Amino acid sequence: MNRYLPWLFVALLASVPLWLTDFYFLHILITTGIFIIAAMSLNLLLGYTGQLSLGHVAFFGIGAYTSALVSLGFQVELFSGFTVSLAPKPAWFAMLCGVIVAGFTGYAIGKLSFRVRGAYFVIVSISFAEVVRLVAVNWVELTQGPMALTNIPALTLGAGAFEISFLRKPAFFILVLIAGVASFILISRLVNSRAGRAMIALRENESLAMSVGIDVTRYLVIATIISAAIAGMAGALYTHYIRIVDPDIFLFIYTVTMVIMVVTGGKGTLAGPIVGGIIFGFVPEFLRAMAIQPEVQWIIYGVLMVLVVYFLPQGIVPAIGRYSASRKRLPDADALPATSTQVRQK
Amino acid sequence: MDQLAQHLLNATILGGTYALLGIGLTLIFGIMRVVNFTHGELYAFGAYCMYALVMLLGVNFFLALPMAIMLGVALGATIEMLLLGRLRGADIDTTMLVMIGAWIAMQNTEQWLWSGVAHSINNPFPAEPLILGPLSVSWNRVYVVVVALLLIAATYYLVNRTRLGKAMRATFQDRQTAALMGIRIDRIHTATFALGSGLAAAAGALLGPIFFVAPTMGDLAAAKAFAIVILGGLGSITGATLGGFILAFVEELGAGYISSGYRDAMGFLLIILILLVKPTGLFARKERIG
Repeated sequence: MNRYLPWLFVALLASVPLWLTDFYFLHILITTGIFIIAAMSLNLLLGYTGQLSLGHVAFFGIGAYTSALVSLGFQVELFSGFTVSLAPKPAWFAMLCGVIVAGFTGYAIGKLSFRVRGAYFVIVSISFAEVVRLVAVNWVELTQGPMALTNIPALTLGAGAFEISFLRKPAFFILVLIAGVASFILISRLVNSRAGRAMIALRENESLAMSVGIDVTRYLVIATIISAAIAGMAGALYTHYIRIVDPDIFLFIYTVTMVIMVVTGGKGTLAGPIVGGIIFGFVPEFLRAMAIQPEVQWIIYGVLMVLVVYFLPQGIVPAIGRYSASRKRLPDADALPATSTQVRQK
Repeated sequence: MDQLAQHLLNATILGGTYALLGIGLTLIFGIMRVVNFTHGELYAFGAYCMYALVMLLGVNFFLALPMAIMLGVALGATIEMLLLGRLRGADIDTTMLVMIGAWIAMQNTEQWLWSGVAHSINNPFPAEPLILGPLSVSWNRVYVVVVALLLIAATYYLVNRTRLGKAMRATFQDRQTAALMGIRIDRIHTATFALGSGLAAAAGALLGPIFFVAPTMGDLAAAKAFAIVILGGLGSITGATLGGFILAFVEELGAGYISSGYRDAMGFLLIILILLVKPTGLFARKERIG
């Protein structure tokens, strides 16, 4: 029974565009879905390797900007006389570029910043995101700075009469759902693999993990690459959905939103970011419906974050898991065991 | 040449307040192992206290500064007792998340109460600047750097020469042994946080009249404070003092000779560079954390 539950959930979500006619609500579902994908990628670092990366929005933004720039084309003069130019490319190819560039950035950052841990790592990751944001603001020739890149092409599939444009919300919702399920399966396979166990081992006790021969930096870098690539994909999806991108995409507050989603839902659990993401995707709408000003909304966010750390330090999913775990499994595994076992059976 | 000298003078003046910010943060981290994300908000709080006291209540400009610092100390002590008191011994990520939550709540409270409009604070100094040969500097900035240096000296005295300072240093070296020697660690934590907060509020109260007072002013201040602390090594007061001046010089020269758009990026680039070359910071003697 438990094994089919996630697929039932996916099927339910897939049917949403069939019966939901309110496009505003669908829009919220789409943006929430994109942020859930980003939160899942953050969870890989924060929950499984135990590294609090507070620069995660940089990968999201790099994916968004790369995809936007490749699909729009650009021409930049790097040094006097040396010009780099690129003709506009199809949106799908651009998205792929976004994923690859974000993943590569993850590799570079992972290689560089995992020489430090704890508080140092947190500060490096914040600094990195800030530097990227300032570059996006100041390199006007490439990014248009605060004027933003506009008219980013929408994703399309097929051609001529059979063309499906993902400009339409129902189609885009399905696309986000597919991307989300794919990311989920990728992450769940990864954390249940040898590499995933190595990551968890070094989260629990780094010295001990090293002493049994786990190459700490290597696994941290693998986790960062995958995490960054998924975040980059979320950013690329976002950009082709909103069709405008400006340096505000790098704001620290987006990282904080992802962190809140992961921590509230339960870091280090597969379902955690989804549960947290659904809650924090809808809380702002709920508060807005109650005509609460954005500042107050953020105050509530901040207070909620403190309360969650005090009263649900493990997050919601493990707390539910503990209630229902009078059975054989650990709370962690019990929270959402299905996909991992299912994938193995295939 | 004159231009360079003017840049160096400006950097020295800015460096004093940067050092204040950095010392506060490094004390809190060194003694409590808490990455204080509310530091920038205490800086903004200091500036807003100054604005409220001078512009709204008509308090004397020079009297308002100690009042703003005391308010900062009180707010710091409240935050510590309310939020961190029950998290003693929690790991660094947990306290970090709580501090991030507190920071978001504080910043948006400021925005809510004061609205996003920037305010300016009048100062009683003469409008014409102090002319030193080819250099010129406003009287207000001279006042700022003098007070900042006095406060830095007072902090040194407090930490190195008083009983409370001795207890702080003991806690910093070895918390358990310090507790066994009868030092009340709880109180040391509150005192440290309050002291660090007071210094941040002082920096805000000093710089508020020079720049503008706005709700988001704390973000940049916090980022710079982190850069300074990393530069100097977490937990080192001397490091934070020198780090403050180094950051000011790098920013001022970078903005003057490279690009003013990247002025605020200098600090971050410096952090990344330092951590690559010497992760313990330039002046720290102890082992790196984490």
